[in-house]
Amino acid sequence: MGALNQLVIGASIGAVLLLAALGLTFTFGQMGVINMAHGEFIMAGAYTAYVLQPLAGGQAVLAALPVAFVVAGLLGLVLERVLIRRFYGRPLDTLLLTFGVSLILQQLARDIFGAPNVQVRAPGWLTGGVDLGGLRIPYNRIFILVLAVGCVVGISWYLARLKQGRRMRAVMQNRQLAAVSGVATERVDQLTFFVGSGLAGLAGVALTLIGPVGPTLGSAYIVDAFLVVVAGGLGQLRGAVIAAFTLGVLNSFVEFWTANGASFAKVVVFAVVIGFLQVRPQGMFVLRSRALS
Amino acid sequence: MAPAGLAVSAVLLLVVAPLVLSPFRLDLLAKYLCYAIVAVGIALAWGRGGMLTLGQGVFFGLGGYAMGMHLKLAEAGPGKLPDFMSWSGVESLPLLWKPFANPVFTLVMVVLLPVVVAVLLGSLVFRQRVRGAYFAVLSQALAAAFVILLVGQQGLTGGTNGLTNIQHFFGLDLYDDADRRLLYLIVALVLGLAYLGVRQLAASRYGQLLVAIRDGEDRVRFLGYDPALVKTVAFAVSAALAGVAGALFVPVVGLLTPANLGVVASLELLIGVAIGGRYSLAGAVGGALLFNYAKTVFSEELPDSWLYVQGALFVVVMVWAPRGIAGLAGQLRDRWARRGPLRPVSYPAGADRPQEVST
Amino acid sequence: MSLHQRARILLSLLMVSSVVVSMSACVDDPDSGRADGDTIKVGVLHSLSGTMAISEVTVRDSELLAIEQVNAAGGVLGKKLEPVVEDGASDWPTFAEKAQKLISEDRVATTFGGWTSASRKAMLPVFERNKQLLWYPVQYEGLESSPYIFYTGATTNQQIVPALDYLKEKGKKTIFLVGSDYVFPRTANKIIKAYAGANGMRVIGEEYTPLGNTEYSTIVNKLGQAKPDIVFNTLNGDSNVAFFKQLRSAGFTADTMPTVSVSVAEEEVAGIGPANVAGHLVAWNYYQTTPGATNDAFVTAYRAKYGADKVTSDPMEAGYNAVKLWAAAANKAGSVEVDAVKKAAAGISLDLPEGKVTIDGENQHVYKTARIGVIQPDGQIKEVWNSGQPIKPDPYLKSYPWAAGLA
Repeated sequence: MGALNQLVIGASIGAVLLLAALGLTFTFGQMGVINMAHGEFIMAGAYTAYVLQPLAGGQAVLAALPVAFVVAGLLGLVLERVLIRRFYGRPLDTLLLTFGVSLILQQLARDIFGAPNVQVRAPGWLTGGVDLGGLRIPYNRIFILVLAVGCVVGISWYLARLKQGRRMRAVMQNRQLAAVSGVATERVDQLTFFVGSGLAGLAGVALTLIGPVGPTLGSAYIVDAFLVVVAGGLGQLRGAVIAAFTLGVLNSFVEFWTANGASFAKVVVFAVVIGFLQVRPQGMFVLRSRALS
Repeated sequence: MAPAGLAVSAVLLLVVAPLVLSPFRLDLLAKYLCYAIVAVGIALAWGRGGMLTLGQGVFFGLGGYAMGMHLKLAEAGPGKLPDFMSWSGVESLPLLWKPFANPVFTLVMVVLLPVVVAVLLGSLVFRQRVRGAYFAVLSQALAAAFVILLVGQQGLTGGTNGLTNIQHFFGLDLYDDADRRLLYLIVALVLGLAYLGVRQLAASRYGQLLVAIRDGEDRVRFLGYDPALVKTVAFAVSAALAGVAGALFVPVVGLLTPANLGVVASLELLIGVAIGGRYSLAGAVGGALLFNYAKTVFSEELPDSWLYVQGALFVVVMVWAPRGIAGLAGQLRDRWARRGPLRPVSYPAGADRPQEVST
Repeated sequence: MSLHQRARILLSLLMVSSVVVSMSACVDDPDSGRADGDTIKVGVLHSLSGTMAISEVTVRDSELLAIEQVNAAGGVLGKKLEPVVEDGASDWPTFAEKAQKLISEDRVATTFGGWTSASRKAMLPVFERNKQLLWYPVQYEGLESSPYIFYTGATTNQQIVPALDYLKEKGKKTIFLVGSDYVFPRTANKIIKAYAGANGMRVIGEEYTPLGNTEYSTIVNKLGQAKPDIVFNTLNGDSNVAFFKQLRSAGFTADTMPTVSVSVAEEEVAGIGPANVAGHLVAWNYYQTTPGATNDAFVTAYRAKYGADKVTSDPMEAGYNAVKLWAAAANKAGSVEVDAVKKAAAGISLDLPEGKVTIDGENQHVYKTARIGVIQPDGQIKEVWNSGQPIKPDPYLKSYPWAAGLA
């Protein structure tokens, strides 16, 4: 029984990881931009739900989903237009640059909303859960799982079926070739960054259901999110999905079967990813390319 | 640095500073100098080798904890336990601690532990041609895992509190101002040696090879060299310097906690180098001093806005002065030479271009 | 050497020398006394940035309020107090550095500060080395009694032990321990295990999570399987929000999975959401609802200064008390010299928001009344039990036979 419970819990941890990391598969995976401010976009999404609360009341979380997508997306777009576009081809510099931006955003949140955590009320229909013979799955975990799966399906459809999505893939696979084939790479970059950051906003709204809403909300997830993307392989949606759920389940099992397991589980997860990358340095799935480097 | 510049700096740090600074400020300067020792190593690995290491805090911590363990044991006296162990309910000295009672063993470990970890990690990672962003994220994860490990082993490491209340350092009484001044001089001398040694290394054939690998790893490989070996050596040297710096940090500050070696601390070690100029060893030293001093001043004068200032520093340096303060003159010259429309970023052809992500 | 290289060297030299030169401008003046001039400087040292800012900013605010009130009442030795506020930045070495700065450059008469045990452990050698005073305002794990620290928060026998007495009285037999991974929860849990062993109770689980952890489904699952009579919660800060939200959404309420917390006060309840935590127990020495005219005046003054929606909590009150107690001791001593203040402080007794508070001269802790409360749906905490009278502080638990061998 315990094992089955942990499998479900692992899946829900995985869903949280996946939501936090999804946006990064776009910005980091497809554009090579290490955006340390991604965590703060997650935070922006969470605060969006808080701000909408007086208007939408108990349904703030639902109402905030589209709004947070746009808010975080616009933040990302501004960041891309003002700063990051000067940095293409310099991923390491971008990392330090966006770390600076994340510090500023954190302090900004502290000045606007105050240092203490704020409260976002979950909608009434999300309290409670499904009982499956001793195993109880909270509705809010199901909500997060559905949201994560929905995002993955939506993105896959977008990348495969829509003109913009195909352009995005073209730029990701070979920027120069796409450019000479008439793809406006700058526009594609902007769109990619908007969508990637917007997904962070969605993650932020979902996280209000299970965790604290405060200025440091994002920094708690950023390292884990990067690990998921790296382990999955750059720009590989299926890689990120598999990595997120594998790490989630691994975490929940290690924590369950070791005494005082929470710290240990985290160390194990890090060690496994680092070890895995020794074997497969490009992650689970590799984008095939004939380029040398 | 040219002999004249070096001489002036040496006089400033070794003679002028101990004479004019108050004991409190001299302590602070000693702490900045510890960070400057790390900066010399980062300038080698990152500036020359193109390896952005976000986990330098791990090596700093390994050296620091090795030294801290010895000092805590010396403090407690033979047969006694360090203070935090009794709070944590540890009855007898853990096996891991025992050899650190020996000062020679400790001094060897201060250098050896970081080097072994760096060589293990480097030889695996670089052999697999993990580089650029991957390496950065990996080293960051390493720092995060290391901190959780240290915090979780309270009986062994002091947990979140770390190792505190260190009062003696190899016969020096750390409560005494004159002895602290001596400690400061030791730190300054170590920094000088580190600087001279790395400068020598960078000027050698090896140093040129390292730069060549940064700018075109595959080309160097085709010429018959082993880039992984060259990079691992640079990584290990930078780790050793971080370890030594950590070992000196412990007596200077009197404590060492996991927060000193985490993700954020590791990034702060980098930003000083970025501000000073990653391509210049002297610039990295100056930048580390300047950044940490700025941190002290701003947190004293404007505690609420320090995060804004720090964030803005990252942004401004990366956008307008990617070669740091030391590289400003060169950057202006390039801009003047091009006379084209002003672009925010400029690199001299080839030489200074950092590595790109491989896809 | 090229011009370019020359410029690099010059610029680097400029960086080094600017630091040394500007640092030399900060000279401390060891000859001036700590109470010379028209004002007396006092240090206020809390984290105003970083993860601990969330808690410590409110303590700073209440200490500044107390300083204001002391000044309005005539100050100390007829002089106004001048607070020097420094930021510990949630970083323990920074606490040590700023403490030294307050002592040697600002030459403060005393310092109020700290929250985490780690910050106190970092500052302790600084105050002992300089023979200066620190007033530490937060409940902590005990096993410490520095001659240069006054502890105005509860030690273990004024918070944890009374909470256990209460649980025993209520017939709780099995305890599950959940805590953040640092010294306070680990020491607290050691005490709980010793107490349980001697009092016919049983500890059936013990879990620690890294500070700042936000994933509690596994622990909630373990709780569901172990079905303890009571969960003793020593989680810190943000983790409480995640823990209670996830406990609630897994279907557990205060009736089906009761908990008692020692680090959840009014401020934290607001962040968790009262609906998620209503009915659960907490153990402190003060609540905003504690009856008495002194507390009414404190709450009113605090809200007038910082906003009508603000709450007051135990650590805030302990910080407020620290200022009042020091001022009383200095006035009684007729001096702000450390030895004189220490001597005068012994036995000083004031009427403060939590009730009568007396300084124990022997270990420099204070007598405090223990109070168990239940969290209400409106975010306030209602007292359901108290120890009747202030408990004598016993940081090493020497007066409890079952605690022999703990220290």
